[in-house]
Amino acid sequence: MTIKLGVPSKGRLMEKTFDWFGARGVALSRTGSDREYAGAVDGVDGVELVLLSAGEIPRELAAGRIHLGVTGTDLVREKLGQWEQQVQEKAELGFGHADLIIAVPACWVDVDTLEDLDAAAAAFRKNHGFRLRIATKYHRLVREFLQDNGVADYQLVDSQGATEGTIKNLTAEGVADITSTGDTLRANHLKILSDALVLKSQATLFKSRKSSMDDAERAAMTTLLSKLGLEG
Amino acid sequence: MTQKSKIRARAAALASDFEAAGALPVETPVLLPAEALLDLYGEDIRGRAYVTSDALRGEQMLRPDFTVPVVQMHMAHGAEPARYTYAGEVFRRQEDDPARANEYIQVGYEVFDRENPAASDAEVFAVMQNALKGVELRAATGDIGILAAAVAGLETTDRRKRALARHIWRPRKFKALLDRYSGRVEMPASRVALLAKDDPMAHGFADIGLRSQAEVAERIDGLRDEAAADPISPLQVELIEALLNVRETLPNALEHIRDLAVDMPAITEATFRLRDRMHALEARGVDVSSLEFEASYGRTSMEYYDGFVFGFYVPGRADLPPVATGGRYDALTQVLGQGREIPAVGGVIRPGILVQLEDAL
Repeated sequence: MTIKLGVPSKGRLMEKTFDWFGARGVALSRTGSDREYAGAVDGVDGVELVLLSAGEIPRELAAGRIHLGVTGTDLVREKLGQWEQQVQEKAELGFGHADLIIAVPACWVDVDTLEDLDAAAAAFRKNHGFRLRIATKYHRLVREFLQDNGVADYQLVDSQGATEGTIKNLTAEGVADITSTGDTLRANHLKILSDALVLKSQATLFKSRKSSMDDAERAAMTTLLSKLGLEG
Repeated sequence: MTQKSKIRARAAALASDFEAAGALPVETPVLLPAEALLDLYGEDIRGRAYVTSDALRGEQMLRPDFTVPVVQMHMAHGAEPARYTYAGEVFRRQEDDPARANEYIQVGYEVFDRENPAASDAEVFAVMQNALKGVELRAATGDIGILAAAVAGLETTDRRKRALARHIWRPRKFKALLDRYSGRVEMPASRVALLAKDDPMAHGFADIGLRSQAEVAERIDGLRDEAAADPISPLQVELIEALLNVRETLPNALEHIRDLAVDMPAITEATFRLRDRMHALEARGVDVSSLEFEASYGRTSMEYYDGFVFGFYVPGRADLPPVATGGRYDALTQVLGQGREIPAVGGVIRPGILVQLEDAL
């Protein structure tokens, strides 16, 4: 049997992952038509490439259906409870850098810190009769962060995309989202709170702690990791 | 007997103890409208409760506790005074500790009575303690009302007092605010820069979102008042900290808090309530001379309690959750009562933990 390596199935994350493995003598490629999610691994035996949505890789690792997987630290921490017991970080790949931050309208000149956000939320609830809304898809990470930092009187509203637009559309007052340069935030008249870095994320190679391996698979894993310059 | 039926039998026995003490058995739904709970507890409840939904009723929560539905039921059509008991499953989301149960039975006893709060507090505590006799437990008690009174009595601005009162249940944030208001911590640089501007509202940013520029300007006025206000005096901060550190047997704690009340007259009334409760507990046969009182007790996990609070713990077993917890929640009835209120106090027991202890004997 083979060990399975899960890699994001699309875009820059996939290309950069292919480059990272390629630079270490493991050639990953897509096979078949552009639309077919099938791949090949050259340079090491007994390894199968599985192309998946980056968001599903944490779940597949935790279930032990793939042995290794490349995805963002943000997704692993959001989706897996006690993530360290389910997966092991093998290598930070040096791309896909993104910070999970909290941003509010730039016209809120009175709000720069989490302390300001908390005070603004209290007043907002009193004036508007409901809790200040923060749009995000990172519910768990953001909730734990705000709880740890003593912010109350807010609520999270789900936003799976175009999160920066929710404020203008009056469906949220603030956002918690991933940003790399902050350009999209600025273009949407938002600013990042100075002390609200929830998580620094980058593309990372994870090894599942839940997948079982026979002797041949264990040998393939050892060969692959040593080729990548990583310890077993 | 399976473990589950053992726990059920223990729950039924507890419920009949509570009935014998005068409580009316009640049932509540398992699925509760999420809105009421979210409004009450805020986003934190989502970390503790399971949320589900359908297209018709919207978001529903699997009952994380009985207090809210029992209060709603009482406020809708309860006679006064009232005593209720219930037994059933509650559901708690567990994302960090797989050893903690995400579904367990609670048996509760709740008293809605305007007459004599000290007597009601003592009644609930004594009924719980009585139901738990035979098991060696450590009882802890506290009183959120004393701290609330101390905050209300601070010689400082109403805005500061409101902010501190709002964060009584978040000890770290409470301390950070106290440090800020007493001048032990400097104002953040961004705020200094903001207040140094002649017209901070002339910022040139697009006005977007529901929070209006009038609200921004109002908060800046508040920040100016705050910056101009005198710091809370070191003596007052010391008194609050001394109060928070009170942790001794109830009679000694009462003496200690009475001493503090000489310099903090605002807590005098709350001190009388503590004394009356101690006497009421004695009258119920509770050995108060060895009962622990901790002024900070109940500040971290029980946001809706606003007076007497208590818990029963297994000595030497910090890994186990408390066997029983409870307290007074007058303000909760106000929030859920839509204009009406009634003083209320209650407690719950976890028969599952009891059975676990009894099995180990």
